[in-house]
Formats: sequence, structure tokens, C-alpha cells
Amino acid sequence: MSTPTEHDIATSLQDVPHSRALGMRLVAEGEDECELAVPYAEHLVGDPDTGVIHGGAITALLDNAAGMVARPKDMPREVAAIATLDLRIDYMGAAPPGKPVHARARCFKRTSNVAFVRAFAFVDEPDNPIATCTATFMLGTRNTPFHGGEQAVSS
Amino acid sequence: MKILQQLRDEGRGEDLAALLKHIPYARFIGLQVEQQGNEVITVLPFAEHLIGNINLPAIHGGAVGAMLEMTAQLQLIYDTACERLPKTVDVSFDYLRSVRGMTTYGRAIVTRRGRRVANVRAELWQESRDKPVAAGHGHFLLSPLD
Repeated sequence: MSTPTEHDIATSLQDVPHSRALGMRLVAEGEDECELAVPYAEHLVGDPDTGVIHGGAITALLDNAAGMVARPKDMPREVAAIATLDLRIDYMGAAPPGKPVHARARCFKRTSNVAFVRAFAFVDEPDNPIATCTATFMLGTRNTPFHGGEQAVSS
Repeated sequence: MKILQQLRDEGRGEDLAALLKHIPYARFIGLQVEQQGNEVITVLPFAEHLIGNINLPAIHGGAVGAMLEMTAQLQLIYDTACERLPKTVDVSFDYLRSVRGMTTYGRAIVTRRGRRVANVRAELWQESRDKPVAAGHGHFLLSPLD
């Protein structure tokens, strides 16, 4: 993986309000893989007893990283959306307070309709993950706004 | 002092809304809770910063997952007096429909509770309970008091 340049991935993070609200940034990207990070922040704390950030923030980070690598490079996101079918996360440890959380995702198989992705989250060492994730995505769902006649994606 | 003990000392051990006020992440996404008898309903009003797809617009899959997870945890806390907040071991989410820019509701059921671990199912809906927008299940570690 290399440091991002002007690729679609880098700009798309800023376009997504929830990713922006979490302070998500692109660390590195490569063919079918990427690494994102979320900085530690007080408002993301899920357990006031420990100061550990909530699993929901990790979920958003893993979902985002997985979704980004699911889309084939030759499928512009203006043309077709992808839809998460399912996402499973195993939590192996708490993210130590005060440190950014990183997530690496890799798409290891695409069929004509479905992308299969694995991802993991870590704090200091990639060899010591705090969470791992498996996700599947439908490719090429329609990206039509809800209001304006036609109904989009769903079911 | 631990937050659950603090609430119990204040006589609000079952007041989940009071608990949510102490969880910064819950305040960040704007999660609320309504308690009806034994049923716990979570409520997530739509907010701009929850959007994951600006074209539709739809709520971010991460926020949806977070709501499923918290709905499950709140039901567990309601059902079982614990020392600490339940710790998530694993969660699995099915995204059934786009979660649109409107209020989302959630409920959960504890399918099995052992001494150390509990299995919980949760689901979210928007316009109608009959049309869930997301479903999930997970395993949580418990620290029961008794």
C-alpha cells in the first residue's frame, strides 16, 4: 500500500458526513486494500468507567474501510452504489484510550454481484488486532434518491 | 465510582435514559430510549452527521451497527444487574433495507443469558415494525452482581 494521492477514496471520506464527524482519514491504499484511521476523541467514549471508545465507532471505521475496497476501481461511485449485506465483527480487546484506531481492509473476491471483504482494526501493532471483521456487499445497486419518484436500493 | 453502581445508589438503576446521558458516544449519535413495561425501545432521531450515503440519503452502516449494539446492551442492562457495562464479544449485522433520513427505532431480546455470557438479538425499523431495516445478534460478556 502507498500513501494516498488524489484518488477517489481520499475525497469520498470527506463527502460522507458520518465519516467526517468521526474524523476518519485515509492512511494508505493499494489495489483492493486500504487503511483508515479514527483519532481518539472524548465524544466517542462508550464506557465512562474506562474511557474506551465505543464499539460503534470501530464498527463505522471497519464498515467504511470494507465498503471502500468492495467497489471495483472501474465502477465510479456516481454511477452505482454498493450496499452492505452483512457485517460481522469480533472484538478481541479494548482500544487503549488516547490513541487513534486504524483499520485495514482487503477485498479478496468479487463475483458479478457480490464482493467479499475482510478487515481488522488495531491500535499500535497490526499483529495485535483489537477487532476483526468479515463483510459482504452487493455491487451495482441503483443509487437513486428516495424523493423524486423512483425508489432506490432497499431489499 | 462505576457508572452502573452510581445510578443504583441514586435509585436510578433501571433508568436507561440516565445511563445514556453518561455515555459520550450515545450523546454523539443522539441515541434516546423509551421504556414501556419490560420492553426497551431505542430511538435515534435523524441527524445530518449520521449520513453515510449523501445521494440517497441513508444513515451510515456504522451508525446502524452501533444502534443495534447499544439496543442489545441496554436490554441486557435492564434485564440483569451488572457491575460493569456488558462487553461485546462479537456482533453480526444484516442490512435489510436502506436506513433512510428519518427516526429509527430499535428493540432487542435476550435469547439466552448465562452467568458470563449472553446471546442477544436486536432489530431496527423506521416506518413500520413489520419492515425491519436492520437486524443483528451478538454475544456479550456479563459481570452479574448476584
